[in-house]
Parts: sequence; structure tokens; C-alpha cells
Amino acid sequence: MKFTKQTKRDLYTCVMVILFYVVIQVLDKAGVLSFHIKGLLVPLCYYSIAAVALNLVVGILGDLSLGHAGFMCVGAFSASLFSVAVKESGMPAGLRFLTALIIGTLMAALFGFLIGIPVLRLNGDYLAIVTLAFGEIIKNFLAAVYLGYDEEGLHVAFKSFQLKGEGKMLINGAMGIQGTPTDSTFTISIVILLLALFAIQNLVNSRAGRAIMAIRDNRIAAEAVGINITKYKMLAFTVSAAIAGTAGVLFSHNTSTLTASSTYFGYNVSILILVYVVLGGIGNIRGSIIATAILYILPELLRGLNSYRMLIYSIVLIVIMLINWAPAAIAFRERYGIRAFIGRKRENSGKEVS
Amino acid sequence: MKKRVLSAMLAASMAVSVLAGCATGTAPAAQGEAASGSSGGEAFKIGGIGPTTGAAAIYGSDVRDAMQIAVDEINADGGINGYQIEYKFEDDEHNAEKAVNAYNTLKDWGMQMLIGTVTSAPCIAVSEKTKEDNMFQLTPSGTAVNCVQYDNAFRLCFSDPNQGSASADYIAGNDSLKGSKIAIIYDSSIEYSTGIHDSFVARASELSLDVVSDTSFTTDSNTDFTVQLQSSKDAGADLLFLPIYYQEASLILQQADSMGYAPVFFGVDGMDGILGVENFDTSLAEGVYLLTPFSATAQDELTVNFVKKFKEMTGHIPNQFGADAYDAVYAVKAVCEAQNVAPSQSVSDICEAMKKGMTEIELGNVLTSPTSITWTAEGEPNKDPRAVIIKNSEYVLAE
Amino acid sequence: MLNFLTYFVNGISLGSIYAIIALGYTMVYGIAKMLNFAHGDVIMIGSYIIYTSMVTWGLDPLLSIVIAAAGCTVLGIVTEKVAYKPLRGAASSLAVLITAIGVSYLLQNLALLIFTANPKSFSSVVSWDGISLAGGELKIQGVTIITIITSLIVLLALQTFIKKTKQGQAMVAVSEDKGAAALMGINVNKTISLTFAIGSGLAAIAGALLCSAYPNLTPYTGAMPGIKAFVAAVLGGIGSIPGAMIGGLLLGIIESLSKRYISTQLSDAIVFSILIIVLLVRPTGLLGKKVQEKV
Repeated sequence: MKFTKQTKRDLYTCVMVILFYVVIQVLDKAGVLSFHIKGLLVPLCYYSIAAVALNLVVGILGDLSLGHAGFMCVGAFSASLFSVAVKESGMPAGLRFLTALIIGTLMAALFGFLIGIPVLRLNGDYLAIVTLAFGEIIKNFLAAVYLGYDEEGLHVAFKSFQLKGEGKMLINGAMGIQGTPTDSTFTISIVILLLALFAIQNLVNSRAGRAIMAIRDNRIAAEAVGINITKYKMLAFTVSAAIAGTAGVLFSHNTSTLTASSTYFGYNVSILILVYVVLGGIGNIRGSIIATAILYILPELLRGLNSYRMLIYSIVLIVIMLINWAPAAIAFRERYGIRAFIGRKRENSGKEVS
Repeated sequence: MKKRVLSAMLAASMAVSVLAGCATGTAPAAQGEAASGSSGGEAFKIGGIGPTTGAAAIYGSDVRDAMQIAVDEINADGGINGYQIEYKFEDDEHNAEKAVNAYNTLKDWGMQMLIGTVTSAPCIAVSEKTKEDNMFQLTPSGTAVNCVQYDNAFRLCFSDPNQGSASADYIAGNDSLKGSKIAIIYDSSIEYSTGIHDSFVARASELSLDVVSDTSFTTDSNTDFTVQLQSSKDAGADLLFLPIYYQEASLILQQADSMGYAPVFFGVDGMDGILGVENFDTSLAEGVYLLTPFSATAQDELTVNFVKKFKEMTGHIPNQFGADAYDAVYAVKAVCEAQNVAPSQSVSDICEAMKKGMTEIELGNVLTSPTSITWTAEGEPNKDPRAVIIKNSEYVLAE
Repeated sequence: MLNFLTYFVNGISLGSIYAIIALGYTMVYGIAKMLNFAHGDVIMIGSYIIYTSMVTWGLDPLLSIVIAAAGCTVLGIVTEKVAYKPLRGAASSLAVLITAIGVSYLLQNLALLIFTANPKSFSSVVSWDGISLAGGELKIQGVTIITIITSLIVLLALQTFIKKTKQGQAMVAVSEDKGAAALMGINVNKTISLTFAIGSGLAAIAGALLCSAYPNLTPYTGAMPGIKAFVAAVLGGIGSIPGAMIGGLLLGIIESLSKRYISTQLSDAIVFSILIIVLLVRPTGLLGKKVQEKV
């Protein structure tokens, strides 16, 4: 079997993830992993998945989305709603979580599709702000809604209400959903990360993927050769939303409380994920995962600095961005051959987007 | 593109970070065993968690500093049962996920008891973990019902429903407030405020209080309250119930004043601290009622002493978060002494002893209650909310 | 009717604040083509400078604003030099967006360390109470009127500066085409630095008015008004200076009326929905330039 360069690179990415998993498992068995590190593994995976999903829109499709936290929110809430509703029904935990994952992914895909219809007609920063707006609308709506059932059936309202008899509040306004079973484990998260990688790499390498990248590189030329712009843009956006939704399911099943507050699903979270994508390299899927790992762990490693922690984090972020992106820094690296030392030349993984 | 250098760089630092985790990991692993075995320590390791960065930073940093004061006092006084206290506080940015990370960090450090977390949603998330580890948890200020849903968790503050219905009861029982037309402005995006609001509304309808306007705001739009105030004014409300924190309340008082709207303001414990806002025109707060467990202007020796130390340390007057945290440390001390707990015991054994002890003690001489506090097995404190009225920029006990 | 007018006036006073912040936002965007997420935090720093000089040192409000404007200008120039300029010509314009977010975190955490999280109550720089109409039923606050007048002055000054001065024309040229501008002998770097200087100076004025209207100052005060002003700038057509003014006022009015007549809980969602609808009808905002796509 002959591998193309692209397939090889994709394979390396998967191998990297698997290797990371194996190393962690070995270290865990050896008993040298701290609780702190172990607790970081699942979040690391779901943010990686979200970053990979966003990279599909930002890097491959070439549109800036600032609303991916909204899709995570949809995935998280729909899946948690299901899990909490069937928690006492005696459904086996594995099956329940699998169904929750599917529901969350599909719901996010649906929202991605619906939101994609108007959004993808816009360009550049206008598209970015509209995705931000949709993300905020989703969050605001879910933070205001009350949903519960009792003897008289299902109730939905924007004010709290009293349930009659035997009943249960499912979504309790700002208090969100309580008691989601904590089903997310490191192994499941890694498997889903690999699946997400597989899905995105397959899409990118397919005919559809080439069409999507053609649209990114030159929309008018792509249209001229008969590529259906709307169809492929929608495809990329919907797949990206779906994967972000899966990340949301892992998120909501990692801690037992789920609230639609800005801390978890606001525009600042969308931006945080964008930071991972840009730092890892726009269009570089593997880079997204690595950058997520670094940037998620960094503030945790800095805990010893106490009040200086976030200050140092912000300085490091600026410095890494400058080292990594400034033309002068890149020229410096090239001149002194650091790159020649580390690896071969890589072509067009980053593309002008905005 | 030129991202390979970065990838390599990042991969390297990731490896370093994992290794760093391992390097420090050996000790924590040993302490990890301690979660079930015995740590054989010479000092109590008490951890705290709360937001010290982010928009809720004021609450977490006050708790951190107040706990430090209590710990220093106890250590200077010979510690608990002759053992010193080691104390460590971690930031959670008011984020449940970060709170769990903070909890794990403290566990690695060898924490034996947790005083935290400061805010509700993170507290609920952490309580799942303390339940798993059977670690004793006392939250100074986690007001949501579910914060103490497990038997290892207790709280020092009032719960949300408790405050909401107590406020309604107080209004119904007060001759001058009883017949008022009530308007409510609350923050619909946080648990604390919605929790109190919901129970207040439920209790008010039972007591047939006249609620004429019920509006809200969200954390994302918490600067302009003119519309909500105007609605209350238009509805003819003469009592404004504000189950919110003092930062927003200070703005509401100012905006109501400039609108020429002067109802009776009625707040809950989140309102405490309003007199401590730097440069705030305290005359605006004249006549404000609030149900609060703590008064920074009280003249008893304990409060005076605490406020003085706190001001020296931080430069501002403590709010009730700090007072709750200070009392929480002393509650832990009292229970440890009553149950003769020693740091050499396992986390789980300490938790069992503490659980038993919490329901048995009567904690006197505290900042946040005029009488002594006892606890139910459900984790709720038995103390009465005090209604105070602000007069001449001081709290005066309302009758 | 009077009732409606009251809410309308409330909306204008909120909108005037958004407008003055949006002016700074849109100016930087128009010339540097960069969403400056740190703009809200520059406003916060400006407000702290004013607070310190007014309350701690007891200086005159106007003098305090001048000090803050100078401080923010320096801050703007320094951040531009250190954090944004090296990224000019980077492979993606997103790089500088991320650095701006880094700067935003940096300023917030710096303020947290210096001024602590304890909120400060700002003393209004406007001592005038405002005017009462309709027998005291309709009240327009002094700070609202001052804010609108200031926004108009800033608007006119900016327009005149851009249309009539050499540097202003250089800015227009840079915003149209950096390469061509450089060929015409315009110092692009200097022009962009000047833009940041002006934008940041305006932030100090915006901070003074924001905190006079809503006198609660914490390290996070600037973040949300910053993002709302960004929305306002987009609504009006980002890059367009009159657009920012109109967008800001419109946003304030919509927010106020939707809170009153629809729902206080969902007012943010409604504001964002209207933004979406406007952009779907006019994809470059109300006064935005239509960009012809070139092959």
C-alpha cells in the first residue's frame, strides 16, 4: 500500500494521540500521576475536539466562527437532558452515554445546519460577529428556560413554576441541569478524539474536502469551475458544529452540574478555542491538539504562582504568538536553521483567513 | 506552513509538563494513598477553593484572606489539639471545571479538609468529588441547595430558599412593610439570585404579599437598570426586593436616586458589603433593609478585631463572605477539638469524625450569628437571619 | 406615550455610551483592519487612572481626564509597538486578533493586582443634574446629554481630521491599500501608531463617561461594554465613523425597549437577533461600504 504525504501526516497525528494515551496509561499504572494531572485529561480531550472542529471552519473552510461554544452548549444540554431523564430508568450506563453522545452530536449538527443557512451568506468579520451573536442567543435562551414534568405532562416556561405531585425539574433556569451522570472517561474521550480526527481527515482528503479548500483559496474561481459553494460550505460548517457538539457532551458528562453561563459557553470560550486553533496553526489539525494541550495545562502548571498566575499566562500567550507568527521571528528561525534541524519544509497548512 | 517548529516546541514542553507532573507526582501519589490510608502528618492540611481572578474575584479573595487571618490566629494560639494548620488556597475562576482542577491540586498537596468552595456551581461540582473521596467539606458561602446534598458537606451560610422565604416572612411580619407593593429585580443568570427569587416569590404568594413587578437582568448586562427601575416605579411599587450582590445593588441605588425613585430597598446577605464599596456615597444606602448574618460595623470585640486585621491585610472592609470563611475555620477547629481529631488520621476517618461532630457542637462567639450555631445532619446551619437597617452608614438591628 | 418616551430616553443614554466606545473601536478597525479586543480594557485602565487622580489625589475632573487620555495614548502606542506591530505582515490576520486577546487578559490581571477586585464607586465627572421635561415626568440626565454632545464633537473632529489633514488622508490611504500607500511615500507604521494613539485617547474619554453613567469600577468593567460596542460598530457598518454613532444609539434603544416590552431575561438575545437580521438584509451593516469582490 502506498501512502501519500497527506495520509502519512494524518497517520502521525493519530499515532501521536494513541502514544499519548499509552504513555498516560503506563504512568497511571506505575502510580506516578498526580490527581491534578489525571483530572486534566478529560477536559484536555474535549477542548482538543472542539479545537479540531473549529479548525475545520477556520482553517479548511476559511471562515472565522466565534460561536462554537454555542454548539458545545447545544450538545451539552441536549445530551445532559437525555441522561438525566433516563438516569433512573435502569438503562445500562454504556448504552445511555452512547445515546447521549449521538443525541448531542445530532442536535448540534441540526443547529449548525440551521444557523449555517443565514450565516454562510456573509463574509469575513461580519460572519464572525453573526456566529458570535448566535452563540450568545443559544446561551441566553438556555439560561432563561425552565423545563420540568409532572402528572400533567411537560412544562416549559421562562419563569420558575411549581410542579404538581411527583415531578422533576429538568432544566432549572440559571441553575441549569443538575445531576448529570459523570460518564466521561479518559478512554472514551480519546476514542472520540480519534473518531473526530478520522472524520475530519477523511473529509479533508475527499472530493468534498478539495472543493471546500478550493472555496477557501478562491471562491470565485471555485464557483466558475462549477463547485456548489453553498453545499460545501454548509457541509463543512455542519460537520464542525456536530463535532463541537460531541465535545459539549463530554464536557457536560465530566462534571455533574451544567449551567449555561458565560463562563462555560460565552463568546470568550469560543475565543479561547480560537486561540488554540491559531496558536497550533490555522489548518493544522495536529497543531490544534498540541496547542490545546499546552494552553490548557499552562495555567494549571502556574498554580504555584498564586495571584500572578493569570498575569504570567497572558504574557506567555503574547510571547508565544509573537515568536510563532511574527514575520521577523520566522525569518530569524529560518536564517539560523532551527527548522532544518527539526524537520522538513511543510507546505500551505496556514492560509490567509479573515 | 512554518508550524513544525512550534509543534516540536510545544510537544517538547508538553512532555516536560507531563514529566513535571511526574516529578512532583511521586509525593502526591504517596499522599494519594493517604486518601485511603494514613498520612502520618504533623499538621492539619486545610484547603480552600474560590475565585481569585475573573469577575467573581472579590468573593474568593475575601474568603482567602479571612481564612488566612483565622489560620494565623489559631496557629499563634497553639493550633488545633496542639497541631499547627497548614493552609492553601486555590483559584477556580468561578468555573466548575477549574474548581475540580483546584480540588485535585489540593488533594495532591495532601489536603485533609476542604473549606470551600466559595460560589455555588463550582461547589456542587466539587461536592461530587469530596463525596467520592469521603473528604470533609464545609462551604463558607455556597448557598445553592445542592451544595450540601451529600452527608460529608456542610455550609456556614444560609441556603437560598432559606433566605428567600425568610425575607418574605420578615416583610409579612413587619408592620411598616406589610402592606407594601413589592417589586423585585434579580439576576436571572446566576443561581444565587434566581434561587432566592424563586423561593421568595413562592412564599410571597402563600402569604398573599402584593408583588406588582418582577424583572431581571443578566450578568452580561448588569450596568443599566433604568428600565427595570422604571417598570417598578410605573407599577407603583414602594418596596424593592433585591436578592442580588452589592456591586449591582450599589448601581441600582445610584440609578434609582438619579431617577428620583425612592422605594424602601430590601436586600439579602449579598447586599452586605455595599458600605465597603470604595468611594460609594453611603447616604444613598440610608434606610436599606437587609437580612444579613454579619455586620462589619458591629461593636463586639470579635468583629472589631477581625475587621481591623482584615483591613490591615487587604486595605478594605470585609464583606460577609470573609466573615463566613473566618467562622468556618473556627467551626473546623471546634469540631476537631470536640472529636479529638488528629492529622495522623486518614482523610476518611477525619471526615467521619467531623460529620458526627458537626451535628453535635454548638459554635458560639461567631461573626455571622448573634447566637451560637448548630448544624443539622443535612448540612444546614441553624441560625436566624438578622434583619438590619442602614442608619448613618451603620447597620442597626431592625425590630 | 410619555411612558414610551421615558424608555426611549433611557435607551438613548445607554446608547450614547455604546456609541462613544464604538467610535474608538471602529476607527482602529477601519485603519488597522484589526478587531481590537483589548479596547474595552484600555477603557477600564483609563477609568482607573481617572479614579486615582480624582479620588486619591483630589485633582480636577477635567485635568484627570486629560491625564487619563495621555496615559491611555501612551498605553495604546506601547501595546501597538510591542504586541501588534511585529505581527504586521503575518500569514494570517487572526494572529493579531489573538495577541489582542492576550493584551486584554494582561490588562485585566494587571489591574486586578494593582487595584484589587474590590469594586470602586466612581465619582461622576459630570456634576450637572440634567433637565426635566413634562413637569418632571421625563428626566434626561446630565451625563447623557454630555455623552451625546461629546460623541458628536468626537465624530465631527474625527471626520474633519480624516478629511482635512494630511495625516487623516494618510489614514484613508492606508485603510484602502497599505502597499499603495507605502509607495506614495506614506509611513504606514507611523500612521497606524497614530490611529492607535487616537483610539486609545478616545478610550479614556469613553471610560470617563461610562463610569460616570454606571459608577462601578472593577478590573472587568470594560469587557462587556467593549463587546457591546463592538456589536454596535458592526451594526452601523464597521469602519464607518458615523455608522458607529448610529449603531451605538440604535443598540441602546433596542436594548431598553426590548427589556421593557418583551423580556428582561432575553434582552441580550433580542439585541443579538436584531443584529443578525440587520446583517442579513445589509451584509455590511447600516452604513458599511459594500465591498466589490475581485478575482
